[in-house]
Parts: sequence; C-alpha cells; structure tokens
Amino acid sequence: MLAWTIYITFFGVLVLMLLPRNNARAARIVALLTAIAGCVVAFVGSIQQANPGQVTTIVKVRWIAGIGANYYLAADGISLVLVVLTGLAAVSGILFSWNIEKRTKEFFAFYLALIGGVYGVFLSFDVLLLFVFYELTIIPKYFLIARWGSTRKEYGAMKLALYSFVGSHLVLIGLIAAWVVARGQLGHASLDLIELSKVHFSVGFQHWVFPLVFVGFAILAGIWPFHTWAPTGHVAAPTAGSMLLAGVVMKLGAYGCLRVAMVMFPEGMHEWQWAIAALAVAGIVYGAGVALVQRDFKFVIGYSSVSHMGFVLLGLATLNTIGLDGAVLQMFSHGIIAGLLFGVVGRMVYDRTHTRDFNDLETLQLGKLLPFAGVTFVIAGIASMGLPGFSGFVAEFQVLMGAWLVFPKLTILSGIGILIGVAYTLRAIQKGFYSDAPPKPVNHDHPMEPISIPERFGAVMLIGASLIIGLFPGLLMNWIEPCFNSPLSMFARLLVKGGSQ
Amino acid sequence: MNSVNYLQILQLAAPETILTLTVLVVLGADVTVLHGKSIAARFNVGALLSILGCAFAALLAFTRHTEANVFNGLLVVNPATDFVKVAILTLTIFTILISTSGKFTNHVGEYLSLILLGTIGLMFLVSTEDLLMIFISLEFASLVLYILTAFNKQNEKSAEAALKYFLFGGMSAAFLLFGFSLLYGISGSTNLREIAIGIAGKGFDPLLLFALVTTVIGFGFKVAAVPFHLWAPDAYEGAPTPSSAFIGSGSKVASFYVLAKIFTLGFVGAEGSAVWHDYLSGWMPVVALIAALSMVLGNLTAIVQSSAKRMLAYSAIAHAGYMLLGVLSNTPASASAMMFYVITYALTTIGAFGVVMVVEEATGGDAIKNFAGLSKRAPGLALCLMIFLLSLGGIPPLAGFIGKFFLFSAVVSAGANLGLLWLVVLAIAMSAVSFYYYLRVLKAAYVADAAADAPPIPVPLLTFLALALLALLVILLGCAPGLLTQFL
Amino acid sequence: MNHWLTILTLVPFLGGIVIAGLGGERKNLIRGLALATSLVGLGGALCLWLHFDPKSGGLQFVEQIDWVPSLGIQYFLGVDGLGLLMVLLTAIVTPLAILASWRLDDRPHVYHALILWLQAGLFGTFTALNFFHWFLFWELGLIPAFFLIKLWGGPKRGPAATQFFIYTMFGSVALLFSFLALRLATGSFDFIELAALAKSGVLVTKLQAAFGWKSIGLIVFFGAFLGFAVKVPLIPFHTWLPAAYSEAPSPVTMLLTGVMSKMGAYGFLRILLPIFPDQIRQVLTPLLWLAVATIVLSACAAFAQKDLKRMLAYSSINHLGYCLLAMFAATAVATSVNNSDLQKAAALDGALLQMFNHGLTASALFLFVALLERRSGGLRGLDDFGGLRKIIPVFTGLMGISIFSSLGLPGLNGFVGEFLIFKGVFPLAPWAAAISSIGLLVTAIFLLTLIQRVFCGPLNERWAKMPDLTTAERFLVLPSIVLMFGLGIWPQFILGAVDATVMKLVQQLNF
Repeated sequence: MLAWTIYITFFGVLVLMLLPRNNARAARIVALLTAIAGCVVAFVGSIQQANPGQVTTIVKVRWIAGIGANYYLAADGISLVLVVLTGLAAVSGILFSWNIEKRTKEFFAFYLALIGGVYGVFLSFDVLLLFVFYELTIIPKYFLIARWGSTRKEYGAMKLALYSFVGSHLVLIGLIAAWVVARGQLGHASLDLIELSKVHFSVGFQHWVFPLVFVGFAILAGIWPFHTWAPTGHVAAPTAGSMLLAGVVMKLGAYGCLRVAMVMFPEGMHEWQWAIAALAVAGIVYGAGVALVQRDFKFVIGYSSVSHMGFVLLGLATLNTIGLDGAVLQMFSHGIIAGLLFGVVGRMVYDRTHTRDFNDLETLQLGKLLPFAGVTFVIAGIASMGLPGFSGFVAEFQVLMGAWLVFPKLTILSGIGILIGVAYTLRAIQKGFYSDAPPKPVNHDHPMEPISIPERFGAVMLIGASLIIGLFPGLLMNWIEPCFNSPLSMFARLLVKGGSQ
Repeated sequence: MNSVNYLQILQLAAPETILTLTVLVVLGADVTVLHGKSIAARFNVGALLSILGCAFAALLAFTRHTEANVFNGLLVVNPATDFVKVAILTLTIFTILISTSGKFTNHVGEYLSLILLGTIGLMFLVSTEDLLMIFISLEFASLVLYILTAFNKQNEKSAEAALKYFLFGGMSAAFLLFGFSLLYGISGSTNLREIAIGIAGKGFDPLLLFALVTTVIGFGFKVAAVPFHLWAPDAYEGAPTPSSAFIGSGSKVASFYVLAKIFTLGFVGAEGSAVWHDYLSGWMPVVALIAALSMVLGNLTAIVQSSAKRMLAYSAIAHAGYMLLGVLSNTPASASAMMFYVITYALTTIGAFGVVMVVEEATGGDAIKNFAGLSKRAPGLALCLMIFLLSLGGIPPLAGFIGKFFLFSAVVSAGANLGLLWLVVLAIAMSAVSFYYYLRVLKAAYVADAAADAPPIPVPLLTFLALALLALLVILLGCAPGLLTQFL
Repeated sequence: MNHWLTILTLVPFLGGIVIAGLGGERKNLIRGLALATSLVGLGGALCLWLHFDPKSGGLQFVEQIDWVPSLGIQYFLGVDGLGLLMVLLTAIVTPLAILASWRLDDRPHVYHALILWLQAGLFGTFTALNFFHWFLFWELGLIPAFFLIKLWGGPKRGPAATQFFIYTMFGSVALLFSFLALRLATGSFDFIELAALAKSGVLVTKLQAAFGWKSIGLIVFFGAFLGFAVKVPLIPFHTWLPAAYSEAPSPVTMLLTGVMSKMGAYGFLRILLPIFPDQIRQVLTPLLWLAVATIVLSACAAFAQKDLKRMLAYSSINHLGYCLLAMFAATAVATSVNNSDLQKAAALDGALLQMFNHGLTASALFLFVALLERRSGGLRGLDDFGGLRKIIPVFTGLMGISIFSSLGLPGLNGFVGEFLIFKGVFPLAPWAAAISSIGLLVTAIFLLTLIQRVFCGPLNERWAKMPDLTTAERFLVLPSIVLMFGLGIWPQFILGAVDATVMKLVQQLNF
C-alpha cells in the first residue's frame, strides 16, 4: 500500500501539468489534496505494517533482467519513519506556500515531483531504483530554487544541483564497482539490496569503495566540509523549498549512508568509523559556531541544519543500537523542526518584512506585531535546542549515549556544540522577535498582514508532531528499534562491536 | 556462397532496394507532380513518401529472420544487422520529420533523396564484413553527408562547414584506405575474419600497428573523437539543422557498429590491454586514450559555448568518448550496452536538434540566450527540450542514464580486477561536468524570463509530433530498457 | 489509583493555557483565574499534607507507569517529606506572587500564564523520580523564567535573562551528560534504583565497567554537581544571580528566590547525596570550603550593595549556603563522634527547615521591596530612603519581622533552621561551622544596616507623603508573617513531617 504514496504524488504532478496556466487556486488545492492523500496513505500503510523489524516487500517485479535490477519496493521500520516524515513535511510545505502567485502550478508540480522522488528513495530496496529516485530529485530542486527563490537564487540553485550531482556520481562509481564484484561472488548479477548485503566484499575493496559511496551520500547530508551548498542553497530557496531541503532532502543523504553504504560495506564502515565521527562532530560545532555570528536570519537556520545533521552522522558512526536508533529518530525530529524554523523565518517573517537582516528586524518588534510567529519560533527554538518534551531531546540523548560508549572525548565536544546551539537560538529569538532595540515608527500605510490560516495549521501540525514524539517517543522507537535488534537483519554485520543496551 | 544470382542479392538487400526505389519516387514526384507548389507542401508530401518507404523497409528488415553471407562477407545479413538497420531507418524517419519545416532550401526533393541515399549507404555499411565494402559504404555515406552539410546556399557558414568536413573526411579516408591496404598485405584477405586469422601470431608487427592507428584515425574522424574532431563544431553549427541531426544520429550508429565489428572481428589478438597498471600495446590502449581525450575535451569545451548547436557538437564529441569505452570493453555485454547507448543517444540528438531548429527559426539564432523564457513561449517544446537534455546529462529515469549505467557497468566488468575502472571514473566525472552545461540551457528555458513582448513560438505540427514521439521513446526506454535490449 | 500528583502538576499547566488564550483585555478575569488556579494548587498541597503519613519515611502517593521501557523511561512520581515540603512551599509562594503582580498591565495574560507554567514546572520537578521527566520539568521551568525576566524586567533585563538562561543550560547539559553515563552503565534512569546501587557500592563498579576510566565516578559526579551548583547557586557559579534577581520584576524574584533556588538544593538532597555519597566524601574538604565561601563571601558582598534587591539577592545565596554546608557535612564519616547519626539528622533537618523558611522569608522580603518600589516609583536604593518608620509604621513593623526572621532571631522561623544546622555540623566539621558563623555575624550587620538606613534615622522629606500598607496589602503579607511566627514557635509542625524522611536519608548515607 505504501507504494501508492509514490504513485499518488506523481499523478498529482500530471494533473497539475494539465491545469490551465493562471489558475493559482486550483493548483494549490490539487497540490494540497495530493499531499494529504500521500500523507494519509503513509500513515495508514505504516501503521498496518505488522512487523517493523523485518523488511516487508511491497512490490517486486523484474525490471532489467540483464543487470539484475528489479522494481523492488519494500519497507522496514526505518523506511516507515521517514515516509511518515515526508508526508508531514509535504503537507506543511504546501500550507506554508499558500501565497505563491507566480506560476503556481509549475511550482507545485516541481514540488510534488520532488516529494514523489523522496518517497521512492525511502521505499526502494533495489540499489538502481534507489539511485534513480535519488537522482530524480535533483532537477525539481534546481528549478524550485532558481525560479522561486530569493538571495542569489541562481547561484545557490546551481551550487546545490552540482554538489548533489557530484555526490551521486561518486556513489555511482562505487555502486558499479560493487555490482561487478558482487556478480563475481554471487554468480549472477544482482542489484537487490538484501542480496548485496550478504556479499562479503574484500577488505581492500571496501577500503576505498566505502568512503566513496558514504561521502557521496553524505555530501547531500551536509557532512563537513562538503556542507557549503547547504546554507547557500537553503537561504536561496523559497520557504517550501528550504523546508523540504533541510527537512527531507538532507535525510536522503543520511538514509543512503545507512541503507546502502553502511549495509553493503560494514567492514569499511568499521575502518572509517573514527574519521566519520570526527567529521560529524566538526560539523556539529562548526555549524553551531557559524550560526552564532550570522546577520541573516535564514543563514542561522541554514547553519543550524548542518549542525543538527552532524548529530545524525555522529549517531551513524557509533555503530551501536542506541546511537543508530538516535540517528534515525534525529532524522525525523530535525525534519520536523527544520520545517518549522524555515516556515517561520521564510514565510511568516520574510514574506512580510522582506528583510532577513537582524539589524532591520530588531527595530520591528515582531514579537508584538506577529505574536503567533513569535511564540511559534520560541517553541521551535526550544525544540531545536533539544529541550526535553520535544522530539529533539530523545533523539539527541540517544545519540550522545551511543557516542559516549565509543568516543567519549568527541562526545564532550558535541556537548559544547549543544551549548552553542542554545546560544545562537537565544540570539535569534532575541534579535528576531523580542529585541530591546528602539522600534522604528510603524508604517501604517502597509500594515503587516496577519498570520493566515494555512500558516497556523502548518505550524500547529509540525509543533504537534515534535511534541507527540517528544512525549511518546515509543511511537517511533517501536518501529526503529526492531530493525537493529534482530540478529538476521541487514545491519547485523554492522553491529558486530558495540552492544545494545 | 558460390554463385549467387542477382535476384537473391536483391532479396537479401531488400530494405536497401526499397529505399532506392523510394529515392526515385521522391525525386520523380518532386520534379513532376509537386512542381510549383510551396516548399512546405513539397516537403510534406516528399516526407510522407520517404517515410512510407523507410517504414516499409524497416518492417521488412524487422520481420525477416534471414541469415546469409554473400561473397565472403561482402554482404552479411543476420538478425543483428537487420536490427541495426531498423534503428537507422527509424532515425532517418525522425530526421525527415523534423526537416519538413525547413526553409533553408528550394531543392526539397534532392534533399530528401540525399538523406535516403545516405541511409542506404549506412545500411550497407552495417551489413558487411569486408574491408572494401566498408570503405565504399563509408565513403558513400560521407559524400552524402558533405553535400547535406552544404545544402543551405543562403548561409556561407554552411559552405565553409561542408568544405572543412570534406577536406577532413578526404584526408581520413586516405588514411583509412592506406591502413586497409596494409591489412590486406599482412593477412592476404579483405574479409575481417580471415584477416584475424592472418594477423594472428604476428605479434608486434609495426605494419599492423600502423594499420591499427590509421583505422582508428579513419573511424575516429567519422565519430568525431579527439583529436579528429576539429570539423565537428563547425559542421554541426553551419549545416542546416536537420543535416546536423542526421550526422549526429544515423551515421554515428552505423559507424560505431562497424568500428566495433572491425576491432572485435578483425583485430582479434591485437587487443593489448588498457587496464590500469597493466598496459599492453594493441588497439585497446589507443582507443582508451582517444576515448579519455574525447570525454575530457568534449565536456570541458562545451561549458564555454554560447551557441546551442556548437554545444551539442562538443557534447557529441564527449558522448563519442563514452561510446568508445563500449568498443574498448570487447565483451558481448558491452557491445549490446554500447549499441543501446548509441541508439538512444541518436534518438535524443535528433530531438535536441529538432528543438534547436524550431527556436532558431522563431528567434533568428541558436544562442543559448535565445532560449530564454521558452517554457512560457512554447511549453510543450520546452518540456521536450528538458527531456532530451536531461537524458543527455544522464538523469534517471531517462534513457541516457540507463544507457550510461549499462555501458559503465559493462566496461567495469570487462577489465580484470576492475582494471578499467579508471576510465569509468573519468567518464562519470566528466558526466557530472556535463550536467552543468545542459542545465544552463534549461535554466534559460525555465528560469530566465523572455522579453516582455515575446510572442509564443509556433511549432509546426509534424515537428512537434516527431519531438513528442521521441521524448516518449526516451522516457520509455529509460524506464523499460528491456524493450530495446532484447534485440541487441 | 490515585493521581494526586499528576493532577497537581496538570492544573496550573492547563490553567496557564486557558489564561494565555484569553487575550490581554479582560485583566481582572485573568488575574482572578490565575489566583484561583494557584489557590487550587495550594488546596491540593494542603490535602496532600493532611493525608501524608509522617511516620513512614518512604514515598507516598506513588504513580509508576512504564513509558518507553526500551530507553528506561518510566513515569514515576512520588513524594516523601522532602518533596512534600517543597510542593507546599511552591503552593504557598505562587499565590503570593500572583497577588503581588495584581497591578501589572502589560500583557497580563502572557505573564500569568508564564507564572502558572513555572509553577507546573516546579511541581513536576519536586515530584518526579525518573530522570527523563524530571529533567523535562527542570528545563521547562527555565523558559517561563527567562521570558518573565526578559519581557517585564528592568532596564538591563536582556543580558540578565540571557546570562541566567545560558548559565543554567550549561549546568543542565553537564547534568544530562552525567545521567546519560549513569544510564549507560546501569540501565536505569530511576533515582531510587540508582541510590540503591550507590548504597551497595555497585554503582562505581558499573560505571568503571562501562567506560574503563578509573575516575569515572568522580567525573560523572562532577557533571551532576555542576548542574545543581549553578542553580543554588554555589560560589563561584553564582554570577548570574544578582543581575537576574534585580532585573526581574519583584513578584518574579519572589518566585526565583523563594522556590526556584530550592530546586538546586532539592536536587542536592534528592539526587546528588543519595547517588554520589562516596564521591562527595572523596572531595569533602573542597566542597566544604565552597560552602563556607558561599556563606561568608556572599554575606560580605551583600554588605557592600547599595541596591536593596541586589543586597537581598546576595543574602539569598548566603542562606542557601547553610543548607549546602549541612548537606556536605552529613556525608562525612565521623567515627569519632558519638551519635553521629543524630548529628547528621539534625543537620539535614535544619537544612530542610532552612529551605522552607528561607523560601517564605525571602519571598516576603522581596514582596515588601515590591511594595516599597510601588510607592517610590521604582527607586530601591539603600540611600534613597530614610526614617520611613515614622510615616509607614505598619510597613516597618511587618518588614522588620521579616528581616529579623532572615537574620535568625530566636522566636522567628529563621532561627530554628540555622540552629539545627550548626548543631549538626559542628561535631561533624567543626572548623567549617566556626568560619560560617562569621556569615551569621555579617548577615546581622547588613540587615541591621538596612533597617537603619531605610527605616530609622532622619526622615527623607521626599517620602513624607508615602502611604502605609492598605488593607489589601496587609492581608497579603499576613500569611507569611503568621507562618514566620508560627514556625518559629512550633517548628515541629514541619519537622514532624520530614523527620522520618531525614532518618531514612541518613541511613542511606551511612554504610
């Protein structure tokens, strides 16, 4: 049933393309209905999944027999978590883009194409199919930013597209090499992820293939120092674009790292574990530090995304069940929170004030003019800081526990990252909404438009999601944990050292 | 094989015969019945006739399952060559379709006939295993292509391009002939298989090496590989667009097929190896070098082009590099991967040139900035453009991506211990670079805004039909490549 | 099943939500609703008090439900004497704070909502026994406090609020790390379980097994210590306090000093002492030094202040220093002392009493300062006033009682706590007790100076027309004054309830 998320979304793209050009309202409604349908299917399909610890096949059809490629869609608990995240992000992104007037139907067509590709990645268990969906997402991303973005949009879009492309091509090299070697070992060509996970590639081979594939995917996850596309791209993107980019697309990279790189080359991961953890912590601290000194509101959020993704990568590097659980949960949590933060900064603030410079925002007293935005940002900031009660806390403390076991010193460094995170969030809250600077006289000719219903809906939806998972993390943990606990799982070879607690 | 009468030859060469008849019909119709009608009408009717002929020939080639070998390899008919002929005929059909809106010439009948004649030459090229026949067909087709390039008498660039093409072509033909004669001298036969037997065990014969090099030169020129590519940008740019399309599609398919045949059948034993750290002299390292140079130079130079046609020319050079990798790998899997790639590339190229043609007619030039705002002025056309360019760039789920995947995986599996991986890494890296310049055109089309008073661009019906069909094919073959690979 | 404690925490939380939704126009409705909610809380706390069994030292009103078993998270609530005392304190001080903010006009709905949420956070902290939701409430208390200072505070409120927040977060992060380490080693977030492990000596072994460092026990202790030391605060982690207390609006300071500072002391008693007694013993001397420094230096600093609020802020640090002194001393292994159990019990009894009494007294003192500020138009410097007793005798009298209680005059509540502390600490750590008594002296000096400068001496003509306490205000301060006398004369009221808990805690520390 989960495959319908993909089909419904692409069907929505088709319908949108056929709509008459200037009818913005129809475009929005079609897009919203499609996204809601996809979200509902995601939820229902996920809840119906009887055994999240196992990989449950949805569709497996021969595609290209010659190279062993199948149209193979399946899901385990991790896929379910990310599919649900995509559903939520899709709906909230559309709600926050309700005000797009310029070429609306094309905007939503590209948007839904991106979402469809993302659903595809999370549900693919054939490496070629996964790669197809992964690359598919690059084009809509480019156009969303280049056409509807803001600051330096063409440069940001091109940089993002090129980085993504280069990353995916690094992966392609590794995949082709692995396919060839696997064919030798298995006796037949195969691109089935589960079959490939059982192949024992030689240690020398994994020594260079693993970093190629891992870094290729991790570029999209914003690994330091290949993260520079992220702040530029997120700032240039229109609000919904940033929400999706930071919220979901970066998770594609992390998912690829986990599902493909780490599963196929576990010994390679063991070998490079320390390096990855070090880079992850560098990202955490660097991202937070740079966010602290930004003048542009959106850049703060952009860099904070790099910092939070550092936690995901750190969790992946721990190679024990707690850390990995935390990494997946952080993917979900940050997806929601980043969406919320960009929604506030991009839609609620920038679309009204047309400035993101703190020096200007300070004089506007937004805390009083847009109280809903202020409160939402405070709550989002609290969640982003990792305060308990919200999803970020559970995710981060699991990652930290996992990391404590393996890299105690690096963990302390990441603690510093958390503290800097508190500092820049506080700074953003103060400068953006509740500053003490003398206010500019209010221009009554252009009163600020109040926060619209779609925005409120979107905000409440995302806050609710973060809160529910923060208070009842079991809802998602019940999906994630069994994936790593089963001794027959595809992650078994990965978890050889480091125990479950 | 001994005495074969002409009737049998005609039967075996039925597709070619049909096409010859079509040429006569088209020429005749144009001179008599259509005399005095408008260019558009003449083109449409002539195209219809040509297409009928091609379709009939293709159907025949597709459905017959003959196996024959006449005159010791002079004419070889088997399902493989028949399928390549079908592919070439299909490409010709599409080329003719997009040429119907051309306004560059008065000599409609001649133009169409020349295209058909060129196709005949290409068809003979693929169904032979004899050096002589190869040379004759090659020259025949090339001659046609030179003339097609010069067809736009109103544009002096066209004449210049044709002259360059002709001079280059003549030179490389001379080299090729010289090499072929050396091969004959060494082995005592002009049949590829017998040549293989003849040169076996000769080892590192300098004459053989020379023959090898000249063959590479000859065919390298034909497929526009570096360093024999210098004619290509000017030819592609100066020639009337349908001619460029034809150069970049049908002739490429045929040339690669034959090149592969020559190397795999004829130069057996002289392969050498291009595996990393395991160099052995033979034709493989030479081809590898050329391939690498083509990929690098083609992609890097394409970045700085501002004319769409020149950009496509350099991209053709780059793609020739990728296809040469397929030749290099010398396994059945890589051969079929290479053919898949060439055929889908050819389809895409015709499509791309078709779009360029429409834009050129409407805006007066083919500079990338002329594409600005295309998505608003001609949304269907822009969509087709996006599909073609993204396929060339290798974005899934289009045919270009799957072709690249097939090709690269075949190449990697061919070399021992992943020895050919360095070539594939280079190819993938350059492919990533190519994404940039294709995206630039799409940026102009989708992101940039046209001038405020720019009118919508009219797209002629037949052209649009052809482009739409091509786009659909590209998508279809990308999602279900089995449809094509089952025949390869 | 009884859900007293959950309901107790939920009521102010929901009340805050309702009030926040009311919008800023219906001011009296808002204030009334806020007061009513806090009185419900008070009623609830008193009910708990009545149903509390003083003879059992263990947990009562326990609620224990599995929440996320795989992460060791349980919804575990319960109160013993210590928790109950703190709950009661919170329940008493909050309505007073709300009443003191009656005149506030700027966005009252947000203000009162924040106060109620703060109260919910406090209730939650004092009743939680599993780290996860304890930490949740601990952190959750920070946000309302931050905004209360930031939005309604004095001229330098921005930096004060930020410093307060970041300092406390720093401590919290250290605390978090320590508990993560504990969970990793023992698999538990449960305070009771961890205390039992510590008592049997297994805790450190498990930590060492998990991490392989010999001194891991100390490191984990230090992290937790930081978290609480920042909150109390202990010198040298106190620098956030004077700014925060003085910039916050006075009713908020009532809450800050009255209850929030007790969160830190409570943390010491509930968490640090039972789980890390060995580690405290290992570093006992430096800790005692810190406590002594806190007591003496803060008193001296208070003496040097010119701003009434800052003076009282430092005095708060001083008073809590006594509690910490008692707590640290109670872990000492004093084999040369007879009845060391009784001494320790006395010290801890004193600490608890001191916490409760100081809460009452300090909030009353800040209330008086608020009333004074209201009359003086915001001025609160030591030298701004003079001879006020002639004009506002009732005010002087009542504030005088509070000051003397803070000073530790026998007959008022402040005395009993300090007396017990010194009685218990002297045998256990004689020199620390001796030096701390300097603190008592200096406190007396600056408080008397306060009385002298503000109330006695020549009348400052500026305030000749200052009105005395209105009837409403008299009723406002009445409960505190009554309690001050009552607990001074009959401390058994409190001690009876907490004695058993204290004995249990002492047993815990002795092994």
